[in-house]
Amino acid sequence: MVPLHSYLILGGILFAIGMFGALTRRHAIGILMSIELMFNAANLSFVAFSRYLPESALRGQVFAIFVITVAAAEAAVGLAIVLGLYRNFKTVNVDEINLMKW
Amino acid sequence: MTASEISFFILAVLSVAAALVVVFGKNIVHAALALVLTFCSVAGIYVLLDAEFLAAVQILLYVGGITILILFAIMLTSRISGGGVRILNEQVGVSLVVVGGLLLLIVSVLWNASFAGSAPPPVQTTPYIGRLLITTYLLPFEVASILLLAALIGALILARKEKE
Repeated sequence: MVPLHSYLILGGILFAIGMFGALTRRHAIGILMSIELMFNAANLSFVAFSRYLPESALRGQVFAIFVITVAAAEAAVGLAIVLGLYRNFKTVNVDEINLMKW
Repeated sequence: MTASEISFFILAVLSVAAALVVVFGKNIVHAALALVLTFCSVAGIYVLLDAEFLAAVQILLYVGGITILILFAIMLTSRISGGGVRILNEQVGVSLVVVGGLLLLIVSVLWNASFAGSAPPPVQTTPYIGRLLITTYLLPFEVASILLLAALIGALILARKEKE
């Protein structure tokens, strides 16, 4: 049986990788993909807790379903924003979109 | 080593390697395809955790839905270019410090934590989740549907071409 700590540490590693991508990618869609990685890492921890702590009574899995729902909504709106950015600026690199930067 | 430990190890290595390709991949299409691999290995880990319903949802929604959406957006926006283009901004050093600190914090907290209780024998989870969703979690369920509707309309309006 794999101990609970292994799942949680794997979730932590995936979260850190996703966060690094979200902070450093120049491509706007790359940032969105990194954010999806972070969602997945959080979900992994939720599901692992819900499996290993018996009194949780599947609350972790239900919460993970809601996280997936919100992630889908976020992806749809985020990609629509990326399309709008490309239409107005002809680029999707977020560090070239600095109209409001002083 | 038991079969579940071996499969956990394989899936963990696969998901971390694919996540690294997502973040450091030169070609954005390759990054999107590596994202599919990460989602699939996380779905495999859900199966190891006896969450078959979530594994199916993960495959259907993430692999079948979100990744296709992302690939569409990539095709619609960027000129697909290979190497030569800088893919990370100039904040790499600071981000590395911040992320390394965060990872160290997470691992050190988990290392010293001990969780009460051990894994109970596996049960069939799908019927219980369905029952929870229409009894205890009915209100969040309905709120989520309104959120999805709002996101759908918002995405349509944002992506629509403006007239004139």
